[in-house]
Amino acid sequence: MNKVTNIVLGGLGGQGVLTASDILADAAFRAGFDVKKSELHGMSQRGGSVSSDVRYGARVLSPMVTAGEADFLLVLEPTQVDVNRPVLKPDGVLIAIEIIPEGAVKNKKSLNVAMLGALSALLDIPEAAWLDAIHARLAAKLHRLNDESFAIGRAAAIQRFNPPGQT
Amino acid sequence: MPRQLLNGDEAVALAALHAGVSLGTGYPGTPSTEILETLDHLGGRAQWSPNEKVALEVGLGVAFAGGRALVTMKHVGLNVAADPLFTATYTDVDGGLVIVSADDPGMASSQNEQDNRHYARAAVAPMLEPCDSQEAYDFTLVAFELSERWKIPVILRLTTRVCHSKTLVEAHAKVAAPTAPVFNRNVPSRVMIPAYAKPAHGRLRVKMVEIAAWNETSGLNRLIPGVGEAGQRLGIVSSGIAAVHAQEAAPEASHLVIGMTWPLPLDTIRQFAAGVDRLLVIEEGDPMLLDSLRAAGITAEGKAEMYRFGELNVPRLRRILAGDTSPEAVPPKGKPPELCQGCSHRDVFEVLRDMDCIVSGDIGCYTLGVLPPFSAMDTCVCMGASIGVGLGMRHTLPPEQARRVVSVIGDSTFVHSGITGLAEMVYNPPETGHVVVILDNGTTAMTGQQENPSTGRSLNHDPTGKIDFEALGRAMGIKNVHSLNRFTDGHLLGDLLKELLAKPETSLVVVRQPCVLAAPKIRFYEKAAMEKMSHACAAMPAE
Repeated sequence: MNKVTNIVLGGLGGQGVLTASDILADAAFRAGFDVKKSELHGMSQRGGSVSSDVRYGARVLSPMVTAGEADFLLVLEPTQVDVNRPVLKPDGVLIAIEIIPEGAVKNKKSLNVAMLGALSALLDIPEAAWLDAIHARLAAKLHRLNDESFAIGRAAAIQRFNPPGQT
Repeated sequence: MPRQLLNGDEAVALAALHAGVSLGTGYPGTPSTEILETLDHLGGRAQWSPNEKVALEVGLGVAFAGGRALVTMKHVGLNVAADPLFTATYTDVDGGLVIVSADDPGMASSQNEQDNRHYARAAVAPMLEPCDSQEAYDFTLVAFELSERWKIPVILRLTTRVCHSKTLVEAHAKVAAPTAPVFNRNVPSRVMIPAYAKPAHGRLRVKMVEIAAWNETSGLNRLIPGVGEAGQRLGIVSSGIAAVHAQEAAPEASHLVIGMTWPLPLDTIRQFAAGVDRLLVIEEGDPMLLDSLRAAGITAEGKAEMYRFGELNVPRLRRILAGDTSPEAVPPKGKPPELCQGCSHRDVFEVLRDMDCIVSGDIGCYTLGVLPPFSAMDTCVCMGASIGVGLGMRHTLPPEQARRVVSVIGDSTFVHSGITGLAEMVYNPPETGHVVVILDNGTTAMTGQQENPSTGRSLNHDPTGKIDFEALGRAMGIKNVHSLNRFTDGHLLGDLLKELLAKPETSLVVVRQPCVLAAPKIRFYEKAAMEKMSHACAAMPAE
């Protein structure tokens, strides 16, 4: 059966939404899945709403997530939750920025990677694929900081969602 | 080669590199901009032209000289390049000439959603339409082969979702290496005076008949058989990104995905139609494919008129399949973009608003001046239109209103299409005079901070020649030429504008401040250039 996992990432321009979706798509690719990722560029640097769709599975056709069919919605900015919520399917999982403990992530610029850490706890992508994708996308001097942020998010999601297969 | 995750733009650039392009030219425009930037990053030769017309002309020259040329632009850019395009197809190119038109159905970042498939028919050029990055790669290579085999420019039409979606690509580079550039004199096929253009038009039509026949077995059009009876009941003909939406929305139907959409493989389509009870054409934008099929006597259904507007997607495809024309749910509106904090354009629009100017605007970040809290733009049509439209209003409005008209244009847009507007202002000055303000933020900001002929740096940010706006304005005969550095004398803008608007003379004001997003990079490029220069000086022999 061709199960496609649908994820939407949302936030405001400048928060690293597109970088996060790049890393997610690459992690899924490294895990051996077919993957497609779609977003609109152009206005993203002017502080407006930004969202990006990532779909992975054995075979993906359309690169866009259908409204009401997202399995996961990751939102980096509290004001952008309502705007994006309609993409989620009824039993889809919302991962809002509040999942990251206040003050746990030292550098705000790596909050996007912390959020990926949270998402990673719920996806069938090995942790090594995530870390490889993070290292491939970010400059070497940022690796340690982002590895830490990823771990913080991952631990927070394991605590919050208690997903099967995690100990 | 291993597979990689690329967006459509990157895939085109990679293919162009593998095809051994001599030169990539273009003008930045979402969603096409990343093609040339990627080509440069990959080690290919790429340069920004002042506008798309010049980019295509340079590309045509490359192809006449036997080199392979890639010319990139957004859909509206092809309007600017249409003049060379419509005659370039009459000529014979030696090297492959591939023109990328990146269309923007849904207008994510454009002033219209024109469907550039019409250009293929109108200008008589073959057109290829990939549905994902793999096809973007493959079709770019095919486009070069086609172009050289029939000595004809080929249009590769992308759309926003193909340009900006990342999908897996396996590169193979099976294309033959380009031959060495050499000048072959071929006057009748390259000098389009009527005596030579008349037979050239005839030759062009013959080429297209041959290409149409070739397309029937080109392998560019994919047949995906349906499942059982459902596959017999419904056949869907589609192209581009609409094809993947259609396959997802109707997995059991038979699909014919047209990769080369002009000239059409009509026999292939006719055969496909004969095998299904009902033929549905799924295409984004205008019913171009549908009309062509019907003109060829093929019975086909299209989408309802409401689906002509905007992008297609899987839920819209499901509605089309169900014949649902009820109003569509409006998705919640996100936060609109706005001028950055610290952006120099903000002050200018505050002044224009407070002075109650009639502002003839243009294309760029500063078009955001139309939105609150500024609400200081009254027209915006196309690149460079601010000056001509401002002059037209000046000529026509009663004097007390005419004196409030100001044209506002950015630095890159001014180079692109504003210089001829200045010529018009000098040549046909309105009785009340006119004021043109160039908002010079030192970069082509809107599309992602590309260089342009007024930044003094080329596409790869190396130093090059630089156009001096003030000197240009004076040389063209503009009466009052002023420049303001927004940091030191931005507060003087209001008084200056007041003074100039009161004069029945032509005026040019250049307001300068680097784009806040680009400023750190600009400083970096400037420093690198200085270092390069000092190294060069140190290496010079002492006298």
